[in-house]
Amino acid sequence: MHEHDVIVIGAGGAGLRAAIEASAAGVKVGVICKSLLGKAHTVMAEGGMAAAMGNVDDRDNWEVHFADTMRGGQYLNNPIMVEHHAKEAPARVLELESWGAVFDRTKEGKILQRNFGGHRYPRLAHVGDRTGLELIRTLQDHGIHQGMEVFMEMTVVSLLTTGGRISGVLGYDRERGRMRIWKAKAVIMATGGIGKSFSVTSNSWECTGDGHSLAYHAGAELMDMEFVQFHPTGMVWPPSVRGILVTEGVRGEGGVLRNSEGKRFMFDDVPEAYRNQVAKDEEEGWRYVCGDKNANRPPELLTRDHVARCINREIKAGRGSPHGGVFLDIGWIKEKIPNASEHIKRKLPSMYHQFMQLAGVDITQERMEVGPTTHYVMGGVAVDGDTQMSCVPGLFAAGEVTAGLNGANRLGGNSLSDLIVFGKLAGEHAAKFVKSNAAVEVDPAQVEAKTRAIEAPFERPNGENPYAIQQDLQNTMQDLVGIVRTQKEMESALVKLDQFKARLKNVGVSGHREYNPGWHTAIDLPCMLTVSESITRSALERKESRGAQFREDYPDKSAECGTFNLVAKKAPDGSMQVSRRPVVPMRSDLKAVIEKMK
Amino acid sequence: MDPSRRVQFRIWRGDKNGGAFQNYEMNVSEGMVVLDCVHRIQAEQAPDLACRWNCKAGKCGSCSAEINGKPCLMCMTRMDTLPPDQVVTVEPMRSFPSIRDLVTDVSWNFRVKKKIKPFKPRKPDNADGSWTMFQEDIDRVQEFRKCIECFLCQDVCHVVRDHHKEEEFIGPRFLMYTAALEMHPLDTEDRLADLKDRDGIGYCNITKCCTKVCPEHIGITDNAIIPMKERVVDQFYDPLTRLFRMFKGK
Repeated sequence: MHEHDVIVIGAGGAGLRAAIEASAAGVKVGVICKSLLGKAHTVMAEGGMAAAMGNVDDRDNWEVHFADTMRGGQYLNNPIMVEHHAKEAPARVLELESWGAVFDRTKEGKILQRNFGGHRYPRLAHVGDRTGLELIRTLQDHGIHQGMEVFMEMTVVSLLTTGGRISGVLGYDRERGRMRIWKAKAVIMATGGIGKSFSVTSNSWECTGDGHSLAYHAGAELMDMEFVQFHPTGMVWPPSVRGILVTEGVRGEGGVLRNSEGKRFMFDDVPEAYRNQVAKDEEEGWRYVCGDKNANRPPELLTRDHVARCINREIKAGRGSPHGGVFLDIGWIKEKIPNASEHIKRKLPSMYHQFMQLAGVDITQERMEVGPTTHYVMGGVAVDGDTQMSCVPGLFAAGEVTAGLNGANRLGGNSLSDLIVFGKLAGEHAAKFVKSNAAVEVDPAQVEAKTRAIEAPFERPNGENPYAIQQDLQNTMQDLVGIVRTQKEMESALVKLDQFKARLKNVGVSGHREYNPGWHTAIDLPCMLTVSESITRSALERKESRGAQFREDYPDKSAECGTFNLVAKKAPDGSMQVSRRPVVPMRSDLKAVIEKMK
Repeated sequence: MDPSRRVQFRIWRGDKNGGAFQNYEMNVSEGMVVLDCVHRIQAEQAPDLACRWNCKAGKCGSCSAEINGKPCLMCMTRMDTLPPDQVVTVEPMRSFPSIRDLVTDVSWNFRVKKKIKPFKPRKPDNADGSWTMFQEDIDRVQEFRKCIECFLCQDVCHVVRDHHKEEEFIGPRFLMYTAALEMHPLDTEDRLADLKDRDGIGYCNITKCCTKVCPEHIGITDNAIIPMKERVVDQFYDPLTRLFRMFKGK
């Protein structure tokens, strides 16, 4: 049994930032992570972190960032969180520099900022296309000297509550397979995403929605789960790399999308809300890429949901690439600048290597084949916008596992800044909470029941292979609750999810408990099922198309649906109930900001 | 590549008490990397086959292993770069203690890092708390910061692999980590005495094995270790500097 004031689950950007903050407040912090330290999915983030520092374009400020984020989220965001984010991100980025991060520079020696979809001005502080690595390494190297205790390669299987309050967590170490209990006065959930519930995803094995599921079963609410972001550009060929991300930075640096006829199709369909902000022709788009402040952005830099749907449309209309994607072309910029090859390799080094090594494609010369890939979930644990605490006392959340900042759709670059802004807030408020609340005792009955449940697969060595269920679940979600949704398909998905629940009761694993990936998969499956059910039920309930959700049977946005968020909660009988909750009202000063930026 | 090509694998199975190679066979199709094959074997033939992986794109440095005797990332090793019609041997990094199958105990690396004096910046240059740094001043440091901590350089280094000097030597990864801190334009800390006395920089005899296996193509030896060796020599062995220090009483 371990004892801490605050347990942080997850050691990506949000978890580490939260742990640093709580440690700085003088409380005893433990961090539990499924992988080795420094390997969390944050490492994969490429493009940059959005912060209105105004280093490249001095017209940028928090108000523009606020308005951009609300527009991107289609006004379902929690404005309080969007305000925190827009105001505090620049200070959080500078803080990283004071901890050793080395961002790319402007000619004046300031932190360089780049263009990204949905951001009006160049706003993303970055390091080539490996910004996530820089972020996680900086937090890791700073964090290990702050007194936190790190538990690597351990999985949490249950949040323990006593009288409705957090009392600790139950988990096991993956290496030995032994159960462990961490007593804690507060828990910060920072477990990241859910991409593994789909078959084509940019996410790693870790992204099984553990935090979403743990919080839900402990009584927390999951909000906005219907909004799953399909990133427009994932690799499509060869099959083994299908889904791996191709950063939006490629388009930020001038990459264009073309169909099999060579046509730059993104000019054909520009949404009304963005018409004033999009280039009229290719020439203006290129001027924007080069930093001309009077030019508007090329349509390839519209929001991700829109670009993904346009790509989907081209593929469905038979104008796709040979392997079922479209073409992304960055090499064409050699018509515009000298030494284009060297420029591309310097600006997008890991993209160059990724395509060269995995697909045998030289992106400075050849076009990439890309298509949509499951990337990010806007939905997650519903929290108070100021403190990051959920409705379960002592349970906090930060980062992708949290709902609120992104509404119906996230802008690229807002996730890394999300991690450091809300990681800090969660750490700060969790530390405050533990200082004013005594510990509560762990309930041994909960520990016993959960331990029995996760050990059960060993009693069925001839039971069903967990990988088979996982694969069927992923295919179901991909095919029936994917980028284009209908009532009929989602209802059949719910039937299938019930069948998976039944099959799960007969899942079996062989071998022993030490580092047994089959067993780990069997333990991840219930989390993936909970998440999948919440996505499907929420998506069914939202009878409109908005942000990341596109319903073929309700292709338009509905004004009424813009007034509420959807919340999934576990009912006393154990079933999942989805209900409407009015969106958090916007203060009048923030409304004025929106008006001013229109 | 013939889509129906059958490939034989020899994968090391075992733990700290020992183990043996086991044979597997599977169909390999175009574009597959070694990690795909290990996953397929895991899903269909050996569900308890242990391996680490995360990103599958050469960015996290989790799936380090030795393939046909060469330390590399499984996720970035394409099957069609290996000799056809030959058995593919996959084994764990051999310099680290075994945990199970392809998973090794790399905790030494995390302990080493904690010993190294952390980054200590000078006071901010500007009133808003920011610093002025130019791209040409940070290019070298950014090269080192590309490191994904796969520990392949540690695995291949003979000081660790053959001579097991883990207590006296921090290995190429952390010599480079120290170099990145020392060459950081903002840093004010001095780590040269540690490099010389505690971290064993003298053990490195620049065979460049680390540079050869680095999946990020970082010039570990030429750009990090040799300059650090030079600084150590300048500070501690240069006769003029020593004379100067004698007079200053340091």
